[in-house]
Amino acid sequence: MSDEMKIGAYICKGCGIADRLDVGQLEMTATRDGKAAICKQHDFLCSEEGVKLIQDDIDNEGVNRVVIAACSRRAKTEAFQFENVALVRTNLREGVIWVRPDTDEARETTQEMGDDYVRMGCAEAKYAHPPKPSGEQGLTRAILIAGGGVSGMTAALEASKAGYKSTIVEKSGSLGGATAQLFKKIPTKAPYADPEDTGVDEMIAAVEADPNITVFLNATLTKTAGAPGRFEADITTESGSTETQMFGSIVQASGFKPFDASVLTEFSYGKSKDVVTQLELEALAKEANGGPIKRPSDGKEVSSVMFIQCAGQRSKKEGHLEHCSGYCCSASIKQAMYFKDQNPDIDTVVLYTDLRTPGAGGENFYRSGQKKGVIFTKGVASEVVHSQNPTVKFKDLILDEDTEVEVDLVVLATGMVPNAGSSTREELTADENEAKETGNEIRIDADSILNLDYRQGKDVPHMANGFADSHFICFPYETQRTGIYTAGPTRRPMDVQQAIDDATGAAMKAINEAENAALGRAAHPRSGDLSFPSFRKEGCTQCKRCTVECPFGAINEDEEGYPVYNESRCRRCGTCMGACPVRVISFENYSIDTVGQQLKAVDIPDEFDEKPRILVLACENDAYPALDMAAQNKMEYSAFTRIIPVRCLGSVSLSWITDSMNSGFDGVILMGCPSGDDYQCHFVKGSGTAQERMGKVGDTLESLSLEKERVQTYEISITDIQKVTQIINDMESTIEQIGMSPFKF
Amino acid sequence: MSDIVATNQTILVVGGGISGMTAALEAAEVGKQVIVIEKTPSVGGRVTKLYKYFPKLCFPTCGQEINQRRMAANRNITVLTMAEVTELSGEAGNYSATVKISPRYVNDNCTACGACAEVVESEFDDEHNYNMSKRKGAYLPHNLAMPKRYVIDPALIGTDEATKAKEACPFNAIDLDMQEETIELKAGAVVWATGWRPFDANKIQPYGYDRFDNVITSVEFERMMDPFGPTGGKLVRPSDGKEAKNVAFIQCAGSRDRNYLRHCSRICCMASLKQSTYVTEKYGDEANVSIYYIDIRAIDRFEDFYQKVQDNENVTFIKSKVANIVENHENNNPVLKGVNTEGYHRYENEHDLVVLAVGMEPSVAKDEFPIELKLNDEGFIENDEANGGVFAAGCSADALDVNRAVQSATASALRAIQVVNRVAQAEG
Repeated sequence: MSDEMKIGAYICKGCGIADRLDVGQLEMTATRDGKAAICKQHDFLCSEEGVKLIQDDIDNEGVNRVVIAACSRRAKTEAFQFENVALVRTNLREGVIWVRPDTDEARETTQEMGDDYVRMGCAEAKYAHPPKPSGEQGLTRAILIAGGGVSGMTAALEASKAGYKSTIVEKSGSLGGATAQLFKKIPTKAPYADPEDTGVDEMIAAVEADPNITVFLNATLTKTAGAPGRFEADITTESGSTETQMFGSIVQASGFKPFDASVLTEFSYGKSKDVVTQLELEALAKEANGGPIKRPSDGKEVSSVMFIQCAGQRSKKEGHLEHCSGYCCSASIKQAMYFKDQNPDIDTVVLYTDLRTPGAGGENFYRSGQKKGVIFTKGVASEVVHSQNPTVKFKDLILDEDTEVEVDLVVLATGMVPNAGSSTREELTADENEAKETGNEIRIDADSILNLDYRQGKDVPHMANGFADSHFICFPYETQRTGIYTAGPTRRPMDVQQAIDDATGAAMKAINEAENAALGRAAHPRSGDLSFPSFRKEGCTQCKRCTVECPFGAINEDEEGYPVYNESRCRRCGTCMGACPVRVISFENYSIDTVGQQLKAVDIPDEFDEKPRILVLACENDAYPALDMAAQNKMEYSAFTRIIPVRCLGSVSLSWITDSMNSGFDGVILMGCPSGDDYQCHFVKGSGTAQERMGKVGDTLESLSLEKERVQTYEISITDIQKVTQIINDMESTIEQIGMSPFKF
Repeated sequence: MSDIVATNQTILVVGGGISGMTAALEAAEVGKQVIVIEKTPSVGGRVTKLYKYFPKLCFPTCGQEINQRRMAANRNITVLTMAEVTELSGEAGNYSATVKISPRYVNDNCTACGACAEVVESEFDDEHNYNMSKRKGAYLPHNLAMPKRYVIDPALIGTDEATKAKEACPFNAIDLDMQEETIELKAGAVVWATGWRPFDANKIQPYGYDRFDNVITSVEFERMMDPFGPTGGKLVRPSDGKEAKNVAFIQCAGSRDRNYLRHCSRICCMASLKQSTYVTEKYGDEANVSIYYIDIRAIDRFEDFYQKVQDNENVTFIKSKVANIVENHENNNPVLKGVNTEGYHRYENEHDLVVLAVGMEPSVAKDEFPIELKLNDEGFIENDEANGGVFAAGCSADALDVNRAVQSATASALRAIQVVNRVAQAEG
């Protein structure tokens, strides 16, 4: 960075700050200790006039590091936005005056808090640089779509309508996917009474006619390298020829595989030709084309049919699916109508445990089925006996009795198995140098879909039940691979209409990422962030921790084992920075120094002053807002606390812990998001990784002859407003018990 | 408000709940100009009133924080709160909207320092807590409210307290003369994301919500768990503040019923399963939860959650649509009457507290839309070409859970972008 550093510190006197703190002294601290070239006070800094005061100094005085000592960085964000400067917010309101009592006794320690935060702000500013994109920005906004079913075609068509080009790579010889195998689909429009045409032919025609869409049939992705904005995909066709194309982002619409019903021997599947799956019934219905449906064994027109719901689903039995596929109840109603609409005298019974037809359309369709005379029986099938006609044995749960019925045809509502490619789970947890015993089930049960040229595996990591879903309720499209969005039943089980909506949203996400990658901006959750990690190669020991621990598989390795960063694959969480034992990784405005120098800037009173110092490193998304909200509710905590927000607990470098201990802090509290199966960390495994690392901090403390209680890690949710203050105050009591740190100078 | 620039390349998002916010963010982050019209004083909608999400049991405010940060950082988004679209006319690529903005009596100067609230004593029903508690006449809607700006209750206007509040503000942020404003906005496309409201439980007469203190709704129960909610996070029943350990959930209260809402509201099964964990976590082995249901609709991976709850011995599932509720006058316990259809057993079960899993209906009634849209019988907006450049997002399109509402909103953002991109192309 060639820019000459000039710190401007701006202290707000509003919201009671000037009543509670000696602002003159803060100013002196900023200039004397913080080395601020300019320091100004203002009664109301977030006002237009206050903001102008700062902007004028940027424009006329060459200020390029702005320290705003006022309210929390989470307040007045819109007001304090300045271009091309490193901006630091130091928190005198929520961080100091709101958490301390307004008493004479408290005045001194409150002022010390304020002074320290000003020092910390200036120290951070000194080491922060205005972030700039790396220059390796994207070249293309075209979208790669893996899969040419309804989901993939929808993504292509919807992107095209917004002016974006796309390429569909379809493994089979035709477009249409599973929907092309259907006779009709579940209705999508009011009154939701009858099956609808699938519309798949029209969709295929639209794709073929669209100049924005290129289609490769009988083709697979044999290699996908690069990053959002500059994905480089090798598209290989059956003939063996390979074409390389560039893409901005990817929609993976690889669909599902039908459940292998041959494990359902109790239902005589495979033994009796008249026991079919829903998908097989579609073929029979297509063949009948509105005429009588004939059964496979002898071609007899079906006069009675039973649908067994949840066949091989919602079950923990080996080989079965644990999930509910969601669409099969409506699908059975639709298929029962294939019979009823043709001949109302045909007996159609749906045997179910919970009939699942949610929403307005679902319930209307269910009612329509009832009106057409479809019988719904709550019961559980135990066996289908194969003879000339199949006989279904089941327990009728309403009559509470075992019973059986002989029918012409049995339809098994088997579910969807995601076609999500190879599982990368083992690659995510294991370091090739030190293979860990993870206890995790290791599965590679499928060919790769994307063949990603990534250090951490070839496909998007799977979530529950093998779907390439997101773990987030509020952010359903986020995967653990930046710029790659899954759509349709590869993501979660769904019917045709849901897949259409889902793929439209996925196309939106793909466009969003292609556009932002082109500008060097981060994707969710630090949307728009321009900062980016770089590493000092001279210091790197090729230990590969960064490439293994990156939650998003953003970092590759070169032949010598050095990390190869990919700007637009990075989510800017800093987990690599926290992983690096030799501290060579940093962001322009977030680095070992921007945090390390802050904690060193804290004034440490000597041991006999009885003023301990507690460092809190708090996740900026959950713990820090919780601390802010505690302040907002005027809940007090120890005046000895100094809080530094971190992007993710995963970014915490062990060096910060040792440095804080060495410089005389008496306690350190780390606050990250809950980890584990229901993790809340928005960087997926940042907080979990941090907790693992902190497990080893005990050794460090031991080597310094310090008590292990001095460093504590907590899982904090954003709602733990009362808990955060309690934790801090508990630490103060702990220090009272175990005594002050001997490392004070 | 005259500084708002809106053209026929602007996307108007009506409703600032999680669906509206999502649609606005997706569009704004690819460079589109977006104006969000939110009726209440802060964005976030219904999810801000939820304690936890199913199936992860994580906290909605966590994602809300991220979305609010994205919004604050994005200059393409303008948010108008306490605003409503009263008229809307035009066609795809060329809409005119009339927006009524109610006075907040607090301007942009507000720093949320709270000085005004300190001098105001009068209290009013707290909408954030479904009126189960009171808030002051000068208030921040909730802890995470965005915009972080106080509101003066209109009932305070003209009183001495209002003057006191004004005088207490060091930043001249309180403007008691603020008037209702009406503005006209142009837009190329409209994302309609007005969300849902809980079905009015008073209408379900046999359940006596209006007569029995200890019959409450699921949305009220949710607020009780919040440490900053009406009971300070205590699970107690309204009649006497006694700990509610024996809790019944009645599914499809007002849903899947010809007398009320015909549709299935989708979320209520999962919501009750989630809420059952509130009781079992609070009271452990002393908890006794009964769920009265027709079908448990825990689709896709939610099934895992259902199984987990089923494994809890303190939770019982009864397949039954409860016929009616009476009250035991001695202890105010609600008594549920009906038939368990599995084996046809009549029951008369007494509980400490009954939670009605009320359904969702569209916030905007069928005849209240400012423009003609294709609706289904249930009042949800159909995805239909007849709607031109108006696209439904989230629960105005169907009864959806949060995950699906966000999907729907993301899709509607693209549909809106398609329209404004066409306009941009035509205009060169």
